[in-house]
Amino acid sequence: MKTIGEIISKYRDRSDLIDLLSEVQEEYGYLSEDNMRIIEQSLDIPLVDIYGVATFYSSFKLNPAGRHIIRVCKGTACHVKKADMIEGVLDDLLGLRDKQTTEDGRFTLELVNCIGACAKAPNIMIDDKVYGELTKEKAERIIKEFTGQ
Amino acid sequence: MAKVSVNLNGESVEADDGEMIIDVARRNGIDVPHLCWNVRFERIGACRICVVEVEGNPKLVASCSTPVKAGMVIKTHTPRILEARRTNLELLLANHDLSCTTCAKNLKCRLQEYAHDFMIQEVPFSGKRKREEVDYSSPSIVRDNNKCILCEQCVQVCNKIQTVYAIGLQNRGFKTRVAPPMRMDMNESACINCGQCVVACPTGALTEKSSIKEVIDALNSGKYLIAQTAPSIRATLGECFGLPPGVPVTGQMVSALRDLGFQKVFDTNFAADITIIEEGTEFIKRFKENRSLPMITTCCPAWIKFAEQFYYQELHHMSSCRSPQAILASLVKTYYAEKMGKDPKDIVLIDIMPCTAKKFEILRPEYKGEADYVLTTVELAKLIKQYSIDFLNLPESSFDSPMGESTGAADIFGQTGGVMEAALRSVADLMSGQDLQRVDYVNVRGMETMKEAEVDLGGNKIKTCIVHTLGEARKLMDQIRAGTSPYHFIEIMACYGGCVGGGGQPGPHRKEILEKRAGALRKEDSDKKIRKSHQNPDALRLYKEYLGEFGGEKAHKLLHTTYTNRCIIKKCK
Ligand code: SF4
Ligand code: SF4
Ligand code: SF4
Ligand code: FES
Ligand code: FES
Repeated sequence: MKTIGEIISKYRDRSDLIDLLSEVQEEYGYLSEDNMRIIEQSLDIPLVDIYGVATFYSSFKLNPAGRHIIRVCKGTACHVKKADMIEGVLDDLLGLRDKQTTEDGRFTLELVNCIGACAKAPNIMIDDKVYGELTKEKAERIIKEFTGQ
Repeated sequence: MAKVSVNLNGESVEADDGEMIIDVARRNGIDVPHLCWNVRFERIGACRICVVEVEGNPKLVASCSTPVKAGMVIKTHTPRILEARRTNLELLLANHDLSCTTCAKNLKCRLQEYAHDFMIQEVPFSGKRKREEVDYSSPSIVRDNNKCILCEQCVQVCNKIQTVYAIGLQNRGFKTRVAPPMRMDMNESACINCGQCVVACPTGALTEKSSIKEVIDALNSGKYLIAQTAPSIRATLGECFGLPPGVPVTGQMVSALRDLGFQKVFDTNFAADITIIEEGTEFIKRFKENRSLPMITTCCPAWIKFAEQFYYQELHHMSSCRSPQAILASLVKTYYAEKMGKDPKDIVLIDIMPCTAKKFEILRPEYKGEADYVLTTVELAKLIKQYSIDFLNLPESSFDSPMGESTGAADIFGQTGGVMEAALRSVADLMSGQDLQRVDYVNVRGMETMKEAEVDLGGNKIKTCIVHTLGEARKLMDQIRAGTSPYHFIEIMACYGGCVGGGGQPGPHRKEILEKRAGALRKEDSDKKIRKSHQNPDALRLYKEYLGEFGGEKAHKLLHTTYTNRCIIKKCK
């Protein structure tokens, strides 16, 4: 495994930030707070800016992935069928707000583009399984099944 | 710069080539509405309230970020423009927490003002509302992201002007928000409490942390109540009661404080004179020993926290002298309490300050048990209104003895360059052992954010530099760190314009307004008979009776302080 220092040494400044963060994530699976602070110090980029970029692109993860990955489809078909609402319901249910992974490390929420099941929009995928034609109630039921409540 | 001529609402006007339309319009008396524009900040072009029509351009353009070109034909208020502004306002309001009557910015909010002017009576979009917890963690400011319209004014001032980088934009789309990084709250962040973001914010998303309730309780506690008022308050409080900028209300302010129930009203200016005596003495000593130069002033708590966070290895350049606020607080709870035979615990001291950072300063462990609460100018005005005091018709009264007299040198503390000018007046005398004629040091005055002045004091050339806003301070500190600073003496204030532009002063903080406030302070100065701090008779008496020598042992104990390494953020190397 490459150390964070080794990775950073290949980059110079702010203009390289996205590439640098991508490489760190590739190596470690996510962008840890410590690593972001090390980048702040080494390249003299303000932490707010690093954090801003890390939260702007949904491909960046700020936590190690949870045990179950929930992918909310934000493709056109799902968007039209209120994928936003489904995302909001899941945020509330899991207490996520602007985090990606639940406190207990059980779920990670990701936003993805079309998962190829448009006919059943709006869709989510939990691990490998697709759940279609979601409503607020249905989403709640599915999550309850997982949490066993 | 090349001049061009453009047509503005049918009239031909001159403009600099490349000047933004909004600036040209404002110069010609047209106050184009705007929510994300400030002449001192980078242009964001986000709110689109400032749109105007440019002939030949099918779309409306944002006047804040569109430069003029020769021959451009501009209209600023056609029906189409007004309709577009209305729609854009409605969009902003669609997911806004519309609780205006209970909002801390009620009646002072620009979003509300425009909604009123454009007669928005219902919000036809039922957008999704934000729901975030309000961040009350800071001693100085409150962040309520539910009221935030993402105009980025706070981010601009914090990151670009102050270079603190406490807050920034996060996430994208509907979840976009402004906050400190890593889910820190404001108190854990790098925030230095200057409150410049509060002044810049057009909405109720950023407000000062109020102590009004605590002060009302104190006023009814039966304890002995003392107030102190900072140098700049007298020049700004009148604006909260409808007076134009630059009208001092010293006498009414003192009367109002008495009406509120304060037994004694002392003047922070008295302590400002003592600051100069101590700081001047310290400077002369360091200058003679050629030690820890340049010496930097330490009246501004926001600047001090900035230095403690980002330049902790350079802290020995700071003067060890307390701020005037902290000097008066120390004297009230020691000298004055002894003199009156009171237990300091039975005295409640309330500071009236221009400044949200003073709310942080009084919580520093070094100052424990001294000042009890800080009210900003804006808060004092609210309290006076709550007590139904007819402020403008109050008779004038004067500060209480023995800490109410001050010299002209103290008056100018409230503006950029003031502390330096006051210090030079005293240092010149103390160094030469004479009572010199010169009191005016004009090179240190004015609104440029960095001013240099070389003065000849008794054959010694002293190089000084005065900065306001911390981005400028950073430049001087980097020089010191690199060992290339040419200066002997530096004044630093966090706020643009100095304390007349403080985070607790009434807005808007336009340059012209700040200049008028500074002018009022300068007039107070020139009207005084005694204009040098070390000639303040009451201060001299205090040294004789209680403190001993200038810069002596007792003075050091009561009037000086220490600083802390706060390298919490690892940004400092
Ligand atoms: S108070 Fe000053 S330092 Fe703190 S967030 Fe606002 S602008 Fe930044
Ligand atoms: S907090 Fe205020 S200044 Fe900052 S982005 Fe929000 S509305 Fe604008
Ligand atoms: S310049 Fe004055 S008002 Fe501004 S933070 Fe410093 S002390 Fe407070
Ligand atoms: S858009 Fe969601 S499955 Fe195609
Ligand atoms: S003021 Fe021009 S877009 Fe906001």
